[in-house]
Amino acid sequence: MKLRITHETGYKYETPARNLVQSLRLTPSVSEGQRTHEWSIDVTGGMRGPAFRDGAGDWIEGWTVRGPVEEIIVRIAGFVETRDTAGVLRGHREIINPLTYLRETEATEPDDALKALARDAQGSDGLDLAHNLSRSVREAIAYAPGVTEMQTTAAEALALGEGVCQDHAHALISISRIRGLPARYVSGYLHSTADGSSHDAAHAWAEIHVSGLGWVGFDAANGCCPDERYVRLGSGLDARDAAPIRGIRSGFGDERLNVAVNVEEMEQ
Amino acid sequence: MTYFNEMYDSDGKSVREPYAMLREWVETMPSDLRQMKQAEAEDLFRRIGITFAVYGEGGDPDRLIPFDMMPRVFEQNEWRRLERGIKQRARALNAFLRDVYGRAEILRAGRIPSRLVYQNEAYEKAVVGVVPPRGVYSHIIGTDLVRTGKNEFFVLEDNCRTPSGVSYMLENREIMMRMFPDLFRTNRIEPVDQYPNLLRRTLESVAPSKCKDRPTCVILTPGHFNSAYYEHSFLANLMGVELVEGQDLFVDGEFVYMRTTQGPKRVDVIYRRLDDPYIDPLCFRPDSMLGVPGLMDVYRSGGVSICSAPGAGVADDKAIYTFVPEMVRFYLGEEPILKNVDTWTLWKDDDYKYVMDNLPDLVVKEVHGSGGYGMLVGPKSTKDEIEIFRKKIEANPSNYIAQPTLSLSTAPTFVEEGVAPRHVDLRPFCLCGDRIELVPGGLTRVALREGSLVVNSSQGGGVKDTWVLSE
Repeated sequence: MKLRITHETGYKYETPARNLVQSLRLTPSVSEGQRTHEWSIDVTGGMRGPAFRDGAGDWIEGWTVRGPVEEIIVRIAGFVETRDTAGVLRGHREIINPLTYLRETEATEPDDALKALARDAQGSDGLDLAHNLSRSVREAIAYAPGVTEMQTTAAEALALGEGVCQDHAHALISISRIRGLPARYVSGYLHSTADGSSHDAAHAWAEIHVSGLGWVGFDAANGCCPDERYVRLGSGLDARDAAPIRGIRSGFGDERLNVAVNVEEMEQ
Repeated sequence: MTYFNEMYDSDGKSVREPYAMLREWVETMPSDLRQMKQAEAEDLFRRIGITFAVYGEGGDPDRLIPFDMMPRVFEQNEWRRLERGIKQRARALNAFLRDVYGRAEILRAGRIPSRLVYQNEAYEKAVVGVVPPRGVYSHIIGTDLVRTGKNEFFVLEDNCRTPSGVSYMLENREIMMRMFPDLFRTNRIEPVDQYPNLLRRTLESVAPSKCKDRPTCVILTPGHFNSAYYEHSFLANLMGVELVEGQDLFVDGEFVYMRTTQGPKRVDVIYRRLDDPYIDPLCFRPDSMLGVPGLMDVYRSGGVSICSAPGAGVADDKAIYTFVPEMVRFYLGEEPILKNVDTWTLWKDDDYKYVMDNLPDLVVKEVHGSGGYGMLVGPKSTKDEIEIFRKKIEANPSNYIAQPTLSLSTAPTFVEEGVAPRHVDLRPFCLCGDRIELVPGGLTRVALREGSLVVNSSQGGGVKDTWVLSE
């Protein structure tokens, strides 16, 4: 699939902001499943700083804006060619040992309900277990936008029984780790086909490390493994750690966030 | 239990060589002079304002730690052996850090369980594959040592992150020289006052390759409310570098800058006295106001050096400690000069059983604890205390290690009635940059209460000047 992606994140500040610093994980991963033909990142009025590939294989760019500015826009535009690898992350260069992804974080900290969910899943081998864990999460948490927030933990989402892709991913990561499977949070894009899911084009899912196969993606929110509709950006222990944008600024007052993501299939 | 008394030979009567002149000094000192000098010392300490608690022990930050005027003395040959052992350990610890953030050969070889490293909280995923200048991760290592015999030294723990206490080493010497200049004229005592220069040289030697001029170094402090703030400002002063807080630094483009009255100045090396989770809200704890946003991206792309390197703490974890002798053999192909204290790790079934059967005789510590908190000293605890601790261990065995109660050596110490033996430990400060340096001496802590083995200042500990005699 040839996907054209545009992604704009606008911040409007109530009072002028200065010294903005951002760390962007907004460049598609390099793997067999996706090839990036064009890609550009721009922050209005900003200066590109450090840029490097980290141990997880993610391309990181730091940007700074001296300001004062009343708004900034982080603009992403590019063209990626994808193919279905049945969710398996192949040909992705990374050097972090998978065992590093066994530790739970605040967002994935298990409570009794998560432990029970983990315990009840069966599996003849790692892959089978991972599929069943993903299914359990899909059954336990219904897709419902607007119920949970950025800070909602896996335990809270499970108690609510509702959530969005971030909550599905956190819950799946949490219970996979309980079962001894390294798991991590992945952020990226999803092309919604006409038959269409209602999910945002900015998407997130989980990857579980299965011995013999390596990292395999599981999208519990959609009940599938990532295929050619998915574009992978980067990973982390949880949503915060894998965030496409982490930023800070000096200045008072609120900021208004405006996000527009568009993932379109290109004409052949 | 018998203890090695550093002042006397094994017969208990003849004074050991290094203490001979001190005995004469004490015997000829009128008691009113002693009292006067003790008061003078306290006055000096108070005036320079060195009142912080050592090693983050908590307690009243304005409390003065008692200073004992009787120095602790090492002979040249005793010190040389310690020095070789400490430097050897420092090399091995840095080799280990280079390895676990790189190819992890020692884990592949099965010499250390992978789990202990990869699931360790102090293991930083963000710096895997980042090799700091000269491959040095821990630039200042505080090695805590105890002595149990004439030639018996044990390492209690390695402090690879931001060990404190070096200001005491320097101040104790300064005050002794001011009060008793004659002692330093008649004895050949190796100096320690080169430490700040060596520290600055060490920091400059690990500047990033992008730095072309003389490196600009700073000390990054959490601020004046930190219990070691005095030490931060003291060292900045002696090194002639700026003492900064997070808000004084900012990232612009590819580098880190310091705000100055002459405008922004690029910073090349940051000696941070701030723990990993606080140094950059964009990489670690987002709620930290103490750090510098974007610092980690600059660090990871080679634009600035951070001392100690983020992630260095995985080397001084109490669970990893048991493997340091193995590191010495694996990386250096040498036998360890300094011994580890026997350690039982409670996640092993055999060890668990032994420890639970012998709690009254053992010291049990939390894997991540420090400052003498969260530990059980079996022989000094009541039955109830032991049983309460037993429950804590049962709840989470892998959080604990146990060690035998060590017979810490004693050094002569001024007490009410004159001079008496009191238990001591030692923390020398090893510097790692392009060279490995160790000033002859360190911080001696002394348990001032008779019979006490706890040297922590929050529990009645004091400090002493530590002498190494030259040839």
